[in-house]
Amino acid sequence: MDKTVNQKAWFLVLPVFAVVAFSAILPLMTVVNYSMQDTFGNNQFFWNGVGWFKELLDPSTDLGSRFFASLWRNLVFSAVILAIEVPLGIVIALSMPTKGWTVAACLVILALPLLIPWNVVGTIWQIFGREDIGLLGYVLNHIGIHYNYVANDIDAWITIIVMDVWHWTSLVALLCYAGLKSIPDAYYQAAQIDGASRWSVFTAIQLPKMNRVLLIAVLLRFMDSFMIYTEPFVVTGGGPGNSTTFISIELVKIALGQFDLGKAAALSLVYNLIILIVCWVFYTVMTNAGIERPQKEGVA
Amino acid sequence: MARIDLVDLAHSYGGNDAAPESFALKPISMTWRQGGAYALLGPSGCGKTTLLNLISGIVTPSRGKILFDGTDITLRSTRERNIAQVFQFPVIYDTMTVGQNLAFPLKNRGVPKAEVDKRVAEIGRLLDLTADLKRKATRLTADAKQKISLGRGLVRSDVAAVLFDEPLTVIDPELKWQLRSKLKALHRELDLTMIYVTHDQTEALTFADTVVVMHDGRVVQSGTPAELFEKPAHTFVGYFIGSPGMNIIAAEVKGREARIDGHTIALSRGYDALPPGAKIEIGVRPEFVEVAAPTPGLLKAKIDRIDDLGRIRFARVRVGDVKFAARVPAGFAPSEGCVGLKFEPSNVHVYADSRLVEGAA
Repeated sequence: MDKTVNQKAWFLVLPVFAVVAFSAILPLMTVVNYSMQDTFGNNQFFWNGVGWFKELLDPSTDLGSRFFASLWRNLVFSAVILAIEVPLGIVIALSMPTKGWTVAACLVILALPLLIPWNVVGTIWQIFGREDIGLLGYVLNHIGIHYNYVANDIDAWITIIVMDVWHWTSLVALLCYAGLKSIPDAYYQAAQIDGASRWSVFTAIQLPKMNRVLLIAVLLRFMDSFMIYTEPFVVTGGGPGNSTTFISIELVKIALGQFDLGKAAALSLVYNLIILIVCWVFYTVMTNAGIERPQKEGVA
Repeated sequence: MARIDLVDLAHSYGGNDAAPESFALKPISMTWRQGGAYALLGPSGCGKTTLLNLISGIVTPSRGKILFDGTDITLRSTRERNIAQVFQFPVIYDTMTVGQNLAFPLKNRGVPKAEVDKRVAEIGRLLDLTADLKRKATRLTADAKQKISLGRGLVRSDVAAVLFDEPLTVIDPELKWQLRSKLKALHRELDLTMIYVTHDQTEALTFADTVVVMHDGRVVQSGTPAELFEKPAHTFVGYFIGSPGMNIIAAEVKGREARIDGHTIALSRGYDALPPGAKIEIGVRPEFVEVAAPTPGLLKAKIDRIDDLGRIRFARVRVGDVKFAARVPAGFAPSEGCVGLKFEPSNVHVYADSRLVEGAA
């Protein structure tokens, strides 16, 4: 079939292009602009080339060491979050009711944490964990478990991780639940006839059919956890010491605390690039996973 | 392999307290013999799939019992019943290869690997899937997918029965024939009880030794294709089976005579004891009514049109307001619109309230 060539159609893209240009491309270009220059105030700028990037990627400098330390924390944090929230979300989705009024009840309860603003979540947990007035902190210390997220690195990490799991596991669970609901009954009936165990039903039907929503869940949870700022900032302020200082917190310190616009801009761009690359890797691996894995089994 | 007995089995999706008329399956009692090839035939919504799901255990009946070889299995799970079922739409485990799909029901039951490989190879051969066994079971045509589903249904040799729920709906007509004859051959070879649900009479009549016709949640007749054709027990069977269906005409029946439109048709049996007040009809298949030149003594009819089916011609005629289908004998050319109808008395049946009445000899 011959397609009609109509270059005027480009005009239809124009409004979107304009909006994206003003909301994303132009601001991004100013960041690129800053990352290449240095300033000593008075709105005077000097060309610095890739100097900031060199400094950022060199661990022996102050900027580089801060960047790599916080990058490492970010990666560990995201890995832990994914390792907990994805399996937990799947388990919750699997154990949810499929019909009756309990479905609506479960959905509402699950959605509640998602509706709470980040800084409120942070404040809730900041108070919840305090050993003097917080329910959690007080009880834990009272029954003999020494817990103090202000002084102890491990406690601070546990607090932030538990808080994120509390806040966001629902998202994974809801996505998985939607994926599960879309599986036709015939699959379960056939599995019943074939004598499949609960585990086989999960691995042969439910997991493959959830592949798509899981991809979305993993991408969303990775991006959000990698960009986390508000909650640790409210709860621990990046401490104790620097133990919960993530890239975003470092970035705000550099940009707004020290007003090193060039360094901050370079860091932002690298930060952005890392997120894009990791998402691309997840996407490629997960979309190919369903296709390639069984082929290998078939050969073996 | 088992004999299956249904005892007063009934099911309502609205629960046991629902009105009797709303039951998807009204109480039935019947026996399916070991090794039989059955077809459950009926229009959509007549309860055939419900009956099938009750036998396989996907649905638990509201009332009654199901016995396998005399053992009550009504409350047992599908797994314990050891039954195979193939669904209308193919179900494929698409992370597995075709071979793994076929092996799945066996593996789940802990069959030794050597035995699994043997069965999979055999079923693969029977269904022409041998070349694809190592292939991943995605991006297959609907035909191939349904063949795999059929294969999974047939792979276990020890099942109580294999149930097919309109399995060939998604298949091309050409392949449909092949698969059906293959199923028939498999039935002979494997000595399995097979129950085949369909709304297609050709499919039912070519597959089964015994056809069970369902209508509105009831089994209206169960018999060989010939019995269903020659002596329908219910007017529904009469017009559902056969093409064109049976002529069902309201008539006055007295003794050995039926009167339609002032004309008398001879019957081969006596009907003196008809239930009073019942709606009386006679039923005769178009094959047993012949059009002839209008002579006195024959029922007069007007021809609407003639359908030429190749081997046989049927005339669509009209007696007063009543429509008939009748066979046109070879070489007969109706000269004008008016013809006479000749009935074969032994094939004219009498129905009271839609049910066959056995006359006295």
